[in-house]
Amino acid sequence: MRVLIPSALLTYTRVSRVEADGATLGELLADLDRRYPGIRFRMVDEQDQLRPHMRVFVNGQGVRDLSLALSPADDVGIVQALSGG
Amino acid sequence: MARAPAKPPRRLVVMVATRKGAWFFHGDTKRKTWQVDGPHFLGHIVSHVQLDPRDGRTLLAAAKTGHLGPTVFRSTNLGKTWKEATKPPAFEKVAEGASAAATGAAGAPARSVDHTFWLTPGHASERNTWYAGTSPQGLFRSDDGGVSWTGFPAINDDAQYREWMGSAQDGTPDGPKLHSIIVDPRDPAHLYFAMSSGGVHESTDGGRSWTVRVKGMQVVEGFDPGAITFHDPHLLRLCPSNPDRLYQQNHCGIYRIDRPSDQWVRIGTKMPKRVGDVGFPMVVHPRDDNSAWVFPMDGTTVWPRTSPQGKPAVYGTRNGGKSWQRLDGGLPAEQAWWTVKRQAMTADAQDPLGLYFGTTSGELWLSRDEGTRWHCLAQHLPEIYAVEVAALA
Repeated sequence: MRVLIPSALLTYTRVSRVEADGATLGELLADLDRRYPGIRFRMVDEQDQLRPHMRVFVNGQGVRDLSLALSPADDVGIVQALSGG
Repeated sequence: MARAPAKPPRRLVVMVATRKGAWFFHGDTKRKTWQVDGPHFLGHIVSHVQLDPRDGRTLLAAAKTGHLGPTVFRSTNLGKTWKEATKPPAFEKVAEGASAAATGAAGAPARSVDHTFWLTPGHASERNTWYAGTSPQGLFRSDDGGVSWTGFPAINDDAQYREWMGSAQDGTPDGPKLHSIIVDPRDPAHLYFAMSSGGVHESTDGGRSWTVRVKGMQVVEGFDPGAITFHDPHLLRLCPSNPDRLYQQNHCGIYRIDRPSDQWVRIGTKMPKRVGDVGFPMVVHPRDDNSAWVFPMDGTTVWPRTSPQGKPAVYGTRNGGKSWQRLDGGLPAEQAWWTVKRQAMTADAQDPLGLYFGTTSGELWLSRDEGTRWHCLAQHLPEIYAVEVAALA
């Protein structure tokens, strides 16, 4: 499925839209890490929690649960939290 | 601290870690001319950059950004190119539904590394070994030059240590730290580290077991010095010329210990009362165990963490802390409200010794004469977190 990558992670992917696969959000992030080694740990900590200032949107809905089921047609956007100074 | 290379050094490199990236200042051995190289990792919060003294070209940088998780970058060509660690320091994952007893830390919540704070190259005889300290407090080791890192269960997952560390909520605004990882130059299995807060700890078996070393150290008035959690060492330094002597800048004063004694002695009581003996950094002379320097800060009332009265000064001792001299030649005489963080002051190994410090206001200062006269080497950098210097052959 198509994944939108934030500018802070372009050192890994080089481009802002990439393809990755997974039946869940957790699997999708693991696949991203296989394709772009190191990228997952910058977004998800060692307790499998999305880091505090990272946001993930699936079809426009904000999500934090890595067990969320995904389908190939889903549109996934990863962004940095925008609020604050 | 700089370590003396085998061959006479041809140049020096000062490594500056800041809130917004890292910079390198390349200088001649007389410390007259400098060339700046940077920024590296612009926008990254870089807590520490260290050169491997065993090969003179490998650099490690501990970094994160405001949004992204922590990592360690590695260069094998003095910063020309960098590669990320494949397994940065991270705590053990606690299995879902399992109690924290699974990791030995019964009742303690699972933790995540917020940032790697401290880097120490291993013993000269262990070429690829490095140590790292994290926030919240964790101790890690790499045996492959910093590519992958493994935690010390005897610290990171031990119930007693977890109690002494407290929670992240108990730490300072920048987070609680494990720092001052020291390897005895005579024995790779003899290690020290300190936790802010959580006391000073020593191992003689390579980190399998640890002994608390807080005897003689004071805590905030009204609290029990017998409770390890109240001990807040800000920085330890071991004297290369006498590895049985260590100095310490603590939240509650300046100390010295001469092993095998286990008693820290407060030597900061001889500092002027209006200045006090609170601060973060401390530097020792590589060839004289009676010479050391501190950078006092205002630790009164709400802890402003500025220079006392807005008048910054280094204080130095030449007699192991029996007396202290104010060293402020060339520094602003007033209205300078910056201070120096714990890794942000260091010394080279030249003769006379060069001293360096970086300020919270982004200035890099140098003294070519052991602190008598200070020169501003750079200004307008981001807030400086760490300054290290190395001699290159």
